[in-house]
Amino acid sequence: MEKDNLYQYLLMLGDNSMILGHRLSELCGHGPTLETDIALTNISLDLFGQVRSYFQYAAKLKGGDSSEDKIAFLRYENQHKNVLLVEQPNTDLAHVFTRQFLFDAFHKLLLEDLKTSKDETIQAIAIKSLKEVDYHLRFSAQWMKRLGDGTEESHAKMQTALNHLYPYVYEFFRATDVEKDMKSQGIGVDLEKIQKSYFMMVNDVINASTLTIPETKPRQAEGKIGRHSEQLGYILSDFQYMQRAYPDMVW
Amino acid sequence: MQEGEIHIEHKEIREALFSVTDPEIPVLSVLEMGIVRDVQVENSKVHIKITPTYSGCPAMDTIAQDIKFAVDGKGFETEIELVLAPAWTTDWITVEGRKKLEEYGIAAPLESSLDKRALIDGERIVKCTNCGSTNTEVKSQFGSTACKALFTCKDCLEPFDYFKCLK
Ligand SMILES: [Zn+2]
Repeated sequence: MEKDNLYQYLLMLGDNSMILGHRLSELCGHGPTLETDIALTNISLDLFGQVRSYFQYAAKLKGGDSSEDKIAFLRYENQHKNVLLVEQPNTDLAHVFTRQFLFDAFHKLLLEDLKTSKDETIQAIAIKSLKEVDYHLRFSAQWMKRLGDGTEESHAKMQTALNHLYPYVYEFFRATDVEKDMKSQGIGVDLEKIQKSYFMMVNDVINASTLTIPETKPRQAEGKIGRHSEQLGYILSDFQYMQRAYPDMVW
Repeated sequence: MQEGEIHIEHKEIREALFSVTDPEIPVLSVLEMGIVRDVQVENSKVHIKITPTYSGCPAMDTIAQDIKFAVDGKGFETEIELVLAPAWTTDWITVEGRKKLEEYGIAAPLESSLDKRALIDGERIVKCTNCGSTNTEVKSQFGSTACKALFTCKDCLEPFDYFKCLK
């Protein structure tokens, strides 16, 4: 049971990076400029690197014929534990940067806390990933400011994206049973503790971007227990295509 | 010896490792990059620990294979283990490695011992690999590979790669 909670926790950590990484990979070759295109796909690559570390560890815990690839490519929709924010579509660049920023800020605080996890492997992954996520956050916060405090049009687009995506961030801090258990064991993050820092950090950047913090209610969101928006199904049909069409294929 | 540098007793193994380069930066050996973290030799069995520069570094599998091939070639039976802790830092690139990076056209991260003025607004002062000017600016934090950022020189106007500082 204990081992199972750790396994589920690893899926949650990995799925956030995997689904966001996939969303960013969809932009490969479609960025507005070469630099942005390369940056977004580089971030995707970092995220997938992190996913591999989480899933290799999860596969080891599970034993048997489990493997990182099976975990990544052969689960059903309701077995994915990512938050709904990361599966939201690449509507326009404003959505891409805003989604990235809202996640990066959480990701950074999460990893900073996991640096002292009692689980040695999670600790090592967190220390390694944090160095990368620092760059992600610098990139996305910079774009928030550039476009938010940019032209009238870019400002309006950013505000629309923010209004749409901000209600999703509350899901980060609604602890599931798995998260509560992991926290009590000193393995997982203390969500209450990082919540305050999160809103301070995020709202600071939103203000500096001359954008308005939306006064919307938190959105009903239960991705962490496997209830997803329709978006995830489309993502998985693309993401899992090769393994479903050609079972057990390898490179 | 520099921080993070590892000592390899066995001359043949050291030479074999010096011949293996990062495919994305072919002038640097895996030793100069600081990717090789530990080498244990027991008779003909060698156990080598390597660590990735970035989590998603797509070259890691190739590097592991190349190392195995090179060391096996000296008559050993090599086992490679990928370790994540302690996490790789640009401080582990050797002095010789930094020099080679510069000559290759990739600006190297400054040594950590240099004074704090090297940091401006979280950015390091980076020397142009073409003309040596420090009047440079970051174009993009993300360059042609995960480990590089893109800079341009405001004096000679040339763009160049910078090996991103990871601490
Ligand atoms: Zn120059």
